[in-house]
Amino acid sequence: MNLSVNWLAALLERELDPAEVASHLALRCAPVDAVEPLHQELREIVVAEVVAAERLPDSDHLTLCKVNDGSDVVDVICGAPNVRTGAKYPFARPGTVLPNGMKLGRRKIRGVVSNGMLCSERELDLGPDQDGILELVTDAGAGAPLLGALDLMDTRLELDVTPNRPDLLCHKGVARELGAVYHAPVKLEPIPGAPDPGAPARRVDKSGSVGGIHVSIEDIEGCPRYMAAVVNGVAIGPSPPWLQARLRSVGARPINNVVDATNFLLYELNQPLHAFDLAKLRGGAIIVRRARSGETITTLDGESRDLTPEMTMICDAEGPTAIGGVMGGADSEVSEATTDIVLECAYFDPKRIRHTRKALKMSTEASYRFERGTDRAAMADAIRRAEQLIRAVAGGSEPEPPVDVDPRPEKARSVFLRPERVEHLLGAGIASDAIERHLTSLGFVVSPKSGRLAVQVPGWRPDVTREVDLIEEVARMEGYESFPTDLRPGRPSTVPHDPIEPLKATVRRVMVALGLSEARSFPMVADGPDGAQPVMNPMSVEEAYLRRDLLPGLTNSVLRNWAARERDVRLFEIGTVFHRDASGSPPRETVRLAAVVTGARTPRHWTEAGPPADYDEWDVKHMLEEGARVAGPEGRLLAGEGGWTFVDNGDVHRGWAGAIAADAPPWAARLYGFELDIEVQAKEPTVYHALPSTPPVERDLALVLPVGVSAHDVEVAVRQTAGPLLERVTVFDEYRSSELAGRSVAWHLVFRSQEKTLKDRDVDRVVQRVLDQLKEQLGVERRET
Amino acid sequence: MSTSTISQQFETAQRALEEVPTADANRLAELRHQLVGRKAGLLTVVLRSLKDLPAKKRRAVGARANELKQQLEVALAERHQALQAHAGVAADSLDRTMPARAAWKGTVHPVTAAIDEICDIFRELGFTRVVGPEAETEEYNFTKLNISLDHPAADMQDTFYLGPGVVLRTHTSPMQARTMERFAPPIRIVVPGLSYRRDAFDPSHAPVFEQIEGLVVDEGITFVDLRAGINFFVKRFFGPNVAVRFRPSFFPFTEPSAEVDVQCSRCAGAGCSTCKETGYLEIMGCGMVHPAVLENCGLDAERYTGYAFGMGPHRITMLRHSIPDIRLLYENQMGLFSQFAE
Repeated sequence: MNLSVNWLAALLERELDPAEVASHLALRCAPVDAVEPLHQELREIVVAEVVAAERLPDSDHLTLCKVNDGSDVVDVICGAPNVRTGAKYPFARPGTVLPNGMKLGRRKIRGVVSNGMLCSERELDLGPDQDGILELVTDAGAGAPLLGALDLMDTRLELDVTPNRPDLLCHKGVARELGAVYHAPVKLEPIPGAPDPGAPARRVDKSGSVGGIHVSIEDIEGCPRYMAAVVNGVAIGPSPPWLQARLRSVGARPINNVVDATNFLLYELNQPLHAFDLAKLRGGAIIVRRARSGETITTLDGESRDLTPEMTMICDAEGPTAIGGVMGGADSEVSEATTDIVLECAYFDPKRIRHTRKALKMSTEASYRFERGTDRAAMADAIRRAEQLIRAVAGGSEPEPPVDVDPRPEKARSVFLRPERVEHLLGAGIASDAIERHLTSLGFVVSPKSGRLAVQVPGWRPDVTREVDLIEEVARMEGYESFPTDLRPGRPSTVPHDPIEPLKATVRRVMVALGLSEARSFPMVADGPDGAQPVMNPMSVEEAYLRRDLLPGLTNSVLRNWAARERDVRLFEIGTVFHRDASGSPPRETVRLAAVVTGARTPRHWTEAGPPADYDEWDVKHMLEEGARVAGPEGRLLAGEGGWTFVDNGDVHRGWAGAIAADAPPWAARLYGFELDIEVQAKEPTVYHALPSTPPVERDLALVLPVGVSAHDVEVAVRQTAGPLLERVTVFDEYRSSELAGRSVAWHLVFRSQEKTLKDRDVDRVVQRVLDQLKEQLGVERRET
Repeated sequence: MSTSTISQQFETAQRALEEVPTADANRLAELRHQLVGRKAGLLTVVLRSLKDLPAKKRRAVGARANELKQQLEVALAERHQALQAHAGVAADSLDRTMPARAAWKGTVHPVTAAIDEICDIFRELGFTRVVGPEAETEEYNFTKLNISLDHPAADMQDTFYLGPGVVLRTHTSPMQARTMERFAPPIRIVVPGLSYRRDAFDPSHAPVFEQIEGLVVDEGITFVDLRAGINFFVKRFFGPNVAVRFRPSFFPFTEPSAEVDVQCSRCAGAGCSTCKETGYLEIMGCGMVHPAVLENCGLDAERYTGYAFGMGPHRITMLRHSIPDIRLLYENQMGLFSQFAE
């Protein structure tokens, strides 16, 4: 909401400092997003008087003027037809930058030097007029700043009004909040040249007439109260400067006097008003009813709109003429030919307006306000002020009293407040009279009733419906910063920590120790493989599904690193993946760990002859094993084509590792990765085993494995046959040669007994048993050297 | 020499063999002397003592000792050559300004680091850390939190829908209701997690972002407790001298509601473009739990009160590390992570 500080000052009848106002509003009311001094680009423009003007020889439109700019009389050549001796105009000296960015210099025209420019409204960005220069009607002398002379010095505040506070969508409402701070009453500005206010409205139950128009409400739910006035004999034209200035100060464009008057009241009182051209209303009737299926209307913006019975329409005898509370129709729009107008001042049901503007995908100043709730009790005053203002700016004869169709007059709402409850919630004692004072300053009417306060809520505060809302008002007016910040001990939480969080932390620690960095990717992806959960209203087709796997996102991150000429990439991610639930329930979520590595396994060092080796699949196998050890489900790794899969004890696929195909630049290394479900497992604490007190005995075995025998097969057989003396068995070499019937794999075996120092012959016996068993079971023999 | 001594010697030799390729010049000389030195080298001694062994053992031990000796000598020579190639000089004239040998350094994401730090600070105040589902029902995301879809307040959070009544949560606040329904007060929780809003991806917005929700519910919890808790957090996280202020705001699930500002770190409160000349930066929303929320979760709002807060670790990370564009936190560039390595 744009606010003019000048406008607020007029309502409070006092000077206001913009910075101070912004601070008061921020700390007591709503945040101020911007404080913007207006028309700063016109700071250097001055008032100048033309002391002489004569047509330039051999030109049919240029005038040579002698211009007094307050300090000197200079020659200025002017092309405007309306320049005349003795008049004052805005003047830009050489060196001035105009709002359109043009910097003025001295220019020679037809042999005469022109020292600056007399400006039009358009050139100063003050209005559309460019037919001539802007003649000033002012007492300011030559050389005075234009901003002062035109009363343009103003500051605009951008108030970030929360959706619960429709009252702050107008100057009167904001002035009311400031008035509570400054202890100043709010008084509406007198309207220049206004006639006396007309007669008060006449309330009728269902329908009534005004100025020959019969007004009735059929849709009481959608429009509980509808007032109308008729003003005859208006002349449509531009608004007076004061009204245009008010509208411009909040960033609104002046249109014509009648429309400007309704807009002024919108920003002053938060009451949207609509003016119809009486001549265009068919059948002398206004009927407020639900739209009928299949009805359409062309709105002011020229769009044709399809209507449904969920929308409230303002109709004449033949059909819809406005979408109630949202936008007027093109057919009944006020035009230059209009002489008689029907003025509408209504209250529309917020939910109905919300539904209508969403269905029609349109939002207007009016719908924005009706949707948040306007002041139903203030309508009678608003329509009379509207009549007055329109007659002041557009003429018109004294109107009949407005008709007020109000089938079920609303009674003011009262909310009870227990003073002790204020301290109970806020934690600091606030005296009863202070509570009363705060509420009264905001327009609440407070009356004590047997230890409680009966608080009557003003019509502009639809958000206040229960006791706690009043307590917030008290806290706000006390100032949140006035409350202490003393820490008190509290009782411990009954809620246990979720164990998934420390598990994720452990996984992060392990992955970081492996040299990987944690990535965070968007969970929305373009592809929707089977079982992917679609997003019904995605931002783009690139984000139309929820991810089922983490690796595609990580692979994209690798591509981004490659694009930045980064060859060595090591990333992991912990994130949620989603599996669609066919029943329409929320998708099933699982937590995953994934990683990708490519490029050098270690940083290069000068002591090494060449570059370090690149990551390969054995690295990601290890990473997957580490992930599974720390956080995976119980299960095992299965070797397969192109990588490994991890299956749980129910043989369900839970992870994968291997090489990843990617669109790599030629200089990049191969990309490897893994992905794994992680879940909390009940883990027993590690049990200490006594450290060995006896020496180990080691043996190396180079074995020839026939085709089809895996290292795993051999290792299992070795362990089974060797028995408890075998402490460790590790592969340390593989050798392939055409001379071998298969391949040679070398194992390092460590034997140890906890009880005694093993002798070579003890171990030799075991090794021989192992060799015999390997030969018999797997056809594996010791390699001849 | 006993059999066990010999096998110990062999083991020592085996380990030395593994060490040689990375040994520096000094260590290399030491290893050479210790293992294959002419007088007292381990393997030299073993070979010399072969004659004392029974004949049947002699061959095996001799073969192994010779094998090891040969391997060692080759390795020592190779390493010596490599060191010479790099140094070309005597060991004591090494240029020790040459760079050290490093390993890759990984890092947790800076946003994760912020989340952990924030949650740990609240843990000091007795908050436990819980998480909840990212796909939620409208009931938990909105209704139970007193957010009516019929009211413009619902538009504060533009929502992704997965199906009728099913949304991607717009905040981690649904865990307020889930927790209050499962656990009796006293409740003190922080809830980190991803949240989703249909916001354009621009320098200050992302459609997916982390949120940390906090909730306290017990008898006698007041606005002063809220201010104390938040004040404690801000001073711990941003520093003891950083000014903090509360301003009125509106959230359907708290009443009174507040925004919390901290002093702008860039201008120290003097006013600059980062803080839009206000001297303050908004870091979180908070307030007293709305009685309607307590009632919706089956608690007696006359008996229990509470406070709640919500903050954005992405934004806090950006403020803390002067990161100008939130999108940098989603690009996963190694160049950024290397700046945050632990």
